[in-house]
Amino acid sequence: MSVIRRTISTPILLTLILIAIALIAVAAGSRPFNQTVIDIFLRVTLVVGLYIFIGNSGVMSFGHIGFTCLGAYAAAWLTMPPMMKQTLLPGLPDWLMNTQLPYWAGAIFAAIWAAIWAALFGKILMRLSGIAASIATFAMLAMINTIYSNWESVTAATSSVVGIPIIRSIWPYLIAAIIAVIVAWAHAISRAGLALRAARDEPTAAAASGIDIPKQRLIAFILSGAVMGMGGALFAHSIGVVTPDTFYLTLTFTTLSMLVVGGIGSLSGAVLGVVILSSLIQALRWLEAGVTIGTTTLAIPNGLQEIALGIVMILILIRRPAGIMANSELRWPRFRSEAANLQNPGEHPGNKPTQQGVSK
Amino acid sequence: MQTLFDALSLGSLYALGALGIALIFGVMRLVNFAHGDVISFSIFGLLWPSVDAVAIVFAGELPWFLLIPFVLAMGAGLSVLSEIIVFRRFRRANPATMMIASFALGFVIRYFLLMLFSSRPKSISLLPALSQPVEILGARIPLLQVITIAATIAILFALTAFLKRTRFGLEMRAAAENFTMARMLGVRANRVIMGAFALSGALAAAIGLILAAQTGTVDIQMGASVMLMAFIATVIGGLGSLPGAVLAGFLLGAASVVMQTVLPIDARPFRDAFVYGAVILVLIFRPQGLIAARGTKERV
Repeated sequence: MSVIRRTISTPILLTLILIAIALIAVAAGSRPFNQTVIDIFLRVTLVVGLYIFIGNSGVMSFGHIGFTCLGAYAAAWLTMPPMMKQTLLPGLPDWLMNTQLPYWAGAIFAAIWAAIWAALFGKILMRLSGIAASIATFAMLAMINTIYSNWESVTAATSSVVGIPIIRSIWPYLIAAIIAVIVAWAHAISRAGLALRAARDEPTAAAASGIDIPKQRLIAFILSGAVMGMGGALFAHSIGVVTPDTFYLTLTFTTLSMLVVGGIGSLSGAVLGVVILSSLIQALRWLEAGVTIGTTTLAIPNGLQEIALGIVMILILIRRPAGIMANSELRWPRFRSEAANLQNPGEHPGNKPTQQGVSK
Repeated sequence: MQTLFDALSLGSLYALGALGIALIFGVMRLVNFAHGDVISFSIFGLLWPSVDAVAIVFAGELPWFLLIPFVLAMGAGLSVLSEIIVFRRFRRANPATMMIASFALGFVIRYFLLMLFSSRPKSISLLPALSQPVEILGARIPLLQVITIAATIAILFALTAFLKRTRFGLEMRAAAENFTMARMLGVRANRVIMGAFALSGALAAAIGLILAAQTGTVDIQMGASVMLMAFIATVIGGLGSLPGAVLAGFLLGAASVVMQTVLPIDARPFRDAFVYGAVILVLIFRPQGLIAARGTKERV
């Protein structure tokens, strides 16, 4: 059976889950809920973007939100009305000053822009591995943040860039999330993805079999950079305002936590991690706002939401150190038994990532 | 002269932070992201919960010889507690999982403080006698800077003596080098790890004290920026290597201060970008860090 037929069920199931969430939002029809669902799709895009690199290469990256920042500002440069750019961002070159693209074209260019920078940084950084690579990617994020926080004439420094067209419909975000899932799946079953996962699990053997590890990592880095850039552009359109600090440590850790809680080595884990943690955050927010039962209103004190979130995350990780999905993927029920046969009997949670279902 | 002292005192902070992170990494391969929040917590322990802008000091009125041990104990206590409650359950987990768990723990500590104290920075005067300047070789240096540097050097010597001369220190070094082997030779793992957490927490508290005395304000974010730099210092020093962590801490402090003075005015706002660029360069040429710890070399 071909690799495509064997693995296609994962992206299809994940897409169906995402569409189901979108339909619930449409059925509910309320504005705030709409925004929540948009946030979920954005995070799915970003976390799947992270997964493409981190999940397949096994190298923890703290820098990917830098590409989101690049993408968001690129979208701002391309889609804001020229009048507003003149006052807010007077340093832009003329040709950029006078362009105003629709949001989807802006998002495509934002992805390309982020991918170019991912290629430049990746060329240097992909020689590193382990914790040195993680710190180097963090240094990259900090560099991008410092430059965007201080380059007054083209990024308005730390003040907000306003006037980015706001898109309220959920469909563009749904499509972006689905694109991210499909890109991740296609990369995972491609030659590059298989080689990269081989290098993750057995670096010595992979290198001895002729896999150019830095090159395979670079491919994943560029792809994930592009997905992060696209996510950044849509992020900008979802709130209409960008500041450099939106795309810094908080977002980095939120997205990384979702990936780790879901299961770092699994595409389904990336998507489910977002859905589960986002639902939890939303539920806690409702509780914070107060739930009316009969005549009394129950509300938890402010700040408890974050504390509860942290505690739940720790508990999930204690129970399942490899994440909710560990290293397995969602697939049609009839492939379950086959997949089980393929995988090593007896899972060792917490050990190094074992073989993934997809890679067999 | 002024520049030298600035560099040394900033470097001291980073070095202390890096030590705290390196100690824990050495024994259990945990990159402790909660470290910055331990820094904030130990200093907030001096205050009554309130949302006012001026801190209501409760233990800060103590004379200095009680105040300092109190803060250090606070840091060490929280750190050991976090080991017992959280990290003990992650002994077999992989480093990424532990890292995210430590981040989640830091998150819990931070929002706990936020709930009690609000996010507003508070003014606090700790040991006000220390902000007077002293004259050294024709430069006016705040006494606090001198004390910071002296205290760091003293801590480093004390720590070295502790690690080299005592049995516990020996066990800790053995554990840092090869944890499994050390256990088999009769080193009690949990005791060593708790010791490392206690030391690291006390170091965090020392940073908190210095920061609060230096700036005269406390806020719940104060640990975060030191922690990040300290974390970078730990890595470029060679993860798990204590002398490396200290060296890199001082180097980073020096690099920040020197760049501030030598960069052209236009480029100064971008100072940090240059510092981080230098970090990437160091990592590319020495991926194992300046002083590679023996236990962390990649084996083929």
